Amino acid sequence: MALQAIAFYLLATVTVVAGLCVVSSRNPVHSVLFLILAFFSAAGLFVLLGAEFLAMLLVVVYVGAVAVLFLFVVMMLDVDFAALRQGFAQYAPLGAIIGGFLAFEMILVSSAVATHGAAKANDAPQAATAGFSNVESIGRVLYTDYIYFFQAAGLVLLVAMIGAIVLTLRHKPGVRRQVIADQVARGPKTGMRIVQIKPGEGISE
Amino acid sequence: MSIGLAHYLAVAAILFTIGVFGIFVNRKNIIVILMSIELILLAVNINLVAFSSFLHDVVGQIFAMFVLTVAAAEAAVGLAILVTFFRNRGDIAVDDASMMKG
Repeated sequence: MALQAIAFYLLATVTVVAGLCVVSSRNPVHSVLFLILAFFSAAGLFVLLGAEFLAMLLVVVYVGAVAVLFLFVVMMLDVDFAALRQGFAQYAPLGAIIGGFLAFEMILVSSAVATHGAAKANDAPQAATAGFSNVESIGRVLYTDYIYFFQAAGLVLLVAMIGAIVLTLRHKPGVRRQVIADQVARGPKTGMRIVQIKPGEGISE
Repeated sequence: MSIGLAHYLAVAAILFTIGVFGIFVNRKNIIVILMSIELILLAVNINLVAFSSFLHDVVGQIFAMFVLTVAAAEAAVGLAILVTFFRNRGDIAVDDASMMKG
């Protein structure tokens, strides 16, 4: 139990500190790297809770895809990031005050809910139905009761993929593309020309 | 010493606050704003998984998965919009983005 507590405090501290570094780092590349660290530590918290499948999903989806996407975009854009930090010191005190109140209120409410509220929790975390592993118990619910939501999530991803492609696709002038309809419609009349050549003159064109 | 539900909820609350703070202080840098939104959604996911685990109900993890899906889609479309915006303007300062005169 003590080992679990040590692991929790370690992972929680790393998550929070990495989150702070994400929002306050001068270099956006460092921000992305701290975001990766925050997600990785949060995946560790999920493992502590027993939700191994979501932890692996977090690592694969966020560290493997989203964070790398961020990294690509940050490195691709040639932007003066120092100019974008104007107003940081100006907004920081107000943001800290409001954020402090926000955190205080949320911790108050959540600790009240966790100890005395309607959602009074059981003692031990257990992220799976009794007798099944975490992945199996998720699958048993996801593919039966929530199958339409699962399909809808796939549709959301499809729409996002098409949207991202449509937004960023550029047709450069001067690039010759294959137009299959034109190729199929090409017949003898458009494809060749009959030239009458007089004897002894040859052809010059 | 025992780690209960309140501990996880406190971590999620702090992370959520950091995300909101990040949006506050980085008003011009839309890349950091998008990363702050990711932090906020991560805090939501920690809440969902903590409740799911401590109430012995696996549905919370299903919902966290859907949140993850939507967050990934949002990041992809947001960054695509950002790239298009950069191509049109040569800059990503969003505080004076008033081309549409909205």
